[in-house]
Amino acid sequence: MRRVGVFVCWCGSNIAGMVDIEQVKAAAAKMPNVVYVEDNKYTCSEPGQAAIQKAIKEQNLDRVVVAACSPRMHENTFRRTVSGAGLNAYLLEIANIREHCSWVHPDKAAGTKKAVDLVRRAVYKVAKNVPLQRASIDVTKKALVIGGGIAGIQAALDIADAGQPVVIVEKTPSIGGHMAQLDKTFPTLDCSACILTPKMVDAAQNQNITLMTWSEVEKVEGYIGNFTVTIRKKARHIDTTKCTGCGICWSKCPAKLPSEFDLGLGQRKAIYVPFPQAIPNKPVIDEKNCIYFKTGKCKACQIFCPAGAIAFDQKDELIEEKFGAIIVATGYEQWDPSPYGEYGYGRYKDVITGLEFERLVNASGPTEGKIKRPSDGKIPKDVVIIQCVGSRDEAKGIPYCSKTCCMYSAKHAILLDEKIHAHPYVFYMDVRTPGKGYEEFYKRATEEHHATYIRGRVSKVYQKGDKLVCLGEDTLLGKKVAVEADMVILASAMVHQPAASKLAQTLGISYDQNHFYTEAHAKLRPVETNTAGIFLAGACQGPKDIPETVAQASAAASKAIGLLSKAKLETEPLVAQVNEGICSGCLWCKPICPYKAIDGKVIKERIAGGKTIERTVASVNASLCQGCGACTVACRTGAMNVLGFTNEHILAEVDALCL
Amino acid sequence: MEMEVLNLTAVGPAGAAFAAQVGAEAGTDVFSCYQCGKCSAGCPISYAMDYQPRQIMRLVQLGLKDEALKSSTIWLCASCATCTTRCPREVEIATVMDTLRAMARREGYPYKERNIAAFHRAFLNAVAGGGRAYELGMILSYKMATFELIKDIDLGLTWLRQGKLKFFPERIHGAAAVRDIFDKVREIERKEVAAQREGRPVAHEGTEGHS
Repeated sequence: MRRVGVFVCWCGSNIAGMVDIEQVKAAAAKMPNVVYVEDNKYTCSEPGQAAIQKAIKEQNLDRVVVAACSPRMHENTFRRTVSGAGLNAYLLEIANIREHCSWVHPDKAAGTKKAVDLVRRAVYKVAKNVPLQRASIDVTKKALVIGGGIAGIQAALDIADAGQPVVIVEKTPSIGGHMAQLDKTFPTLDCSACILTPKMVDAAQNQNITLMTWSEVEKVEGYIGNFTVTIRKKARHIDTTKCTGCGICWSKCPAKLPSEFDLGLGQRKAIYVPFPQAIPNKPVIDEKNCIYFKTGKCKACQIFCPAGAIAFDQKDELIEEKFGAIIVATGYEQWDPSPYGEYGYGRYKDVITGLEFERLVNASGPTEGKIKRPSDGKIPKDVVIIQCVGSRDEAKGIPYCSKTCCMYSAKHAILLDEKIHAHPYVFYMDVRTPGKGYEEFYKRATEEHHATYIRGRVSKVYQKGDKLVCLGEDTLLGKKVAVEADMVILASAMVHQPAASKLAQTLGISYDQNHFYTEAHAKLRPVETNTAGIFLAGACQGPKDIPETVAQASAAASKAIGLLSKAKLETEPLVAQVNEGICSGCLWCKPICPYKAIDGKVIKERIAGGKTIERTVASVNASLCQGCGACTVACRTGAMNVLGFTNEHILAEVDALCL
Repeated sequence: MEMEVLNLTAVGPAGAAFAAQVGAEAGTDVFSCYQCGKCSAGCPISYAMDYQPRQIMRLVQLGLKDEALKSSTIWLCASCATCTTRCPREVEIATVMDTLRAMARREGYPYKERNIAAFHRAFLNAVAGGGRAYELGMILSYKMATFELIKDIDLGLTWLRQGKLKFFPERIHGAAAVRDIFDKVREIERKEVAAQREGRPVAHEGTEGHS
């Protein structure tokens, strides 16, 4: 015989307005094991909690049911309440009679009936509850940041400033990311490189930060506080301890290739640093295009290198390292607007993307900052900017708004007027400027720089002489308009990194239909993932501009610092447990587990006749297990159970509701 | 029917100059308008207009001079200035309408609303003659100009019976000074028209350009 106490909450009128509390109390008093029933206007208040503790002591209760709001709201509150009165925290059950009942029912009689059912369910279940204990695990005091753009750099700097070691893994030869490609930044028009490069240098010089460029995360094992990560350090073919970054090698290299950093508008060599302010300022050799690697001849770089730093025989290295926390900051890619045949991207040289324009206007870019159109180098007079290219277009692009294009298009309009007195025509559907100083910036483009904003999507771009005619409708006038432009800039969407889903699988985190990583809660846990110890920063979670990216990176860093500052971590005891006696060792549970928490293990067993045999059974790593219960469904023998949600518990609940 | 396509680049520097001139003459920044439509929604005459007041502002911003100056809107505007009072960007919309009327007249654009232009002229002639409004004379000259001789005659007779229309104009002191003002304005306008024909910039001497 248990001694269960039931505490029914009014939640002001939230519950009491649609549920007859007296009827619920009367019904609860008649349920098995219930020895005490009480109601309270606000059970979560201090007097409400004190009433529970008082009843536990005076009535000698050994189980508690709180009929109130969702366990997401106050389960932890009431766990602390009961353990404060000396009960094990897991001898508590919540009956959710608010979100699941009073809030969604229009009829008080039916609402009351459902509330009684929900309380009965909890009373039946709590009788089966047993005390559970939390365990503690160690924390490796080191963080991994994946991605060396502004998000990764900011997160790493914050963690390093808090005194914890960080490793940045960056797949390209230099940190800096997309921000290094930009010219000016909105809404202040300060130069992107001028505010980024000091941070890059800080990251390189900080004692707590290790940079691993030209490297990629290959494998992630382990769990919060104890991740084991395998990093592939790709062969740079440069001895970085000897290289001084003097640049003679790339000036002598005869192989000319389109530069990825300049988006193909400029050239690089087969041995190269992507841009002049690159960090580290040490080149890599592009194996696929290096003449020596292709033909076995050349070696010009080696011949001229004064430091003897060229190492053709360097191989990829696999490095295994332990981390306590991981921040994913892998950023975005610009959407390729080729699917819009009507805009002629790829067909007309002077139809370029927003990011390509950044390179054209950037002093370190292929035109040294002179805005010349790609086809004939002419300085454009009339320039059309088309917004929402790919964005908000489910037919050809992506359904969401890329968030940054309105602002960078306004910036491009201002730069076009300021630098070459060109007339910008911006075709838009909506102008969205929800940021500090953003509306004022847009106003500046229209009022001071007389950018002509035309509300409507361009339907077609075609060549007429050396002009690109853009046809659209001015939907504010209700008239068709044509602009004869010298150059067209497509404000192309921000999309996920091509390998985003692959990395998500490596890390065991989830992503949405657009391949952006999913946060644990859209509002209240925006930088955490559903996998404990892995955090998100920047545009890998969704389109973001620089201010927002930096803010999110600092938020992710503070989460990681909080985790690394703990001596030990407490684990949740509501995890899967194997009954080895009936486990058949089929291991169907293993591939189903989304957290890679289950593996097989061999146990020895004495059987009839005094013989000892070996057999395989499932084994759960309690630190990795998140208690989702997928394995219990897959288990054919019923050997797998989630503590606190065993088959016995669930059957008791079914009995309570159906019998 | 194929809809006419307005070529925005073909407007060229002349378009930008037109927008700038309207702004300067009206003493307002036409580029401030963000096309919210509050002016049109509150305009008591908008039901009769071919372009809404918001669209006139848009035409000016785009430098589409012909469309703006040939519109009926600029003539139908009653100058009540409800638009100006309510504009969140403090654009002087009613003054822009006035400016466009003056510009249309100065540059010889055909009046889309002939009667309204005739009404303005009849009113001004009456004032120019006697120094203040002379209703009967104004009505007669308006009727002569529009050939709508017997329209509204009931109303006219009622007014006469009630003594609301005087047979003879009232003289004021300083009628000569008023005439001088008109002479001066006509002189300025002559200069402006001449300047316009020769392509010289129009000099403004603080006139608001009333037609």
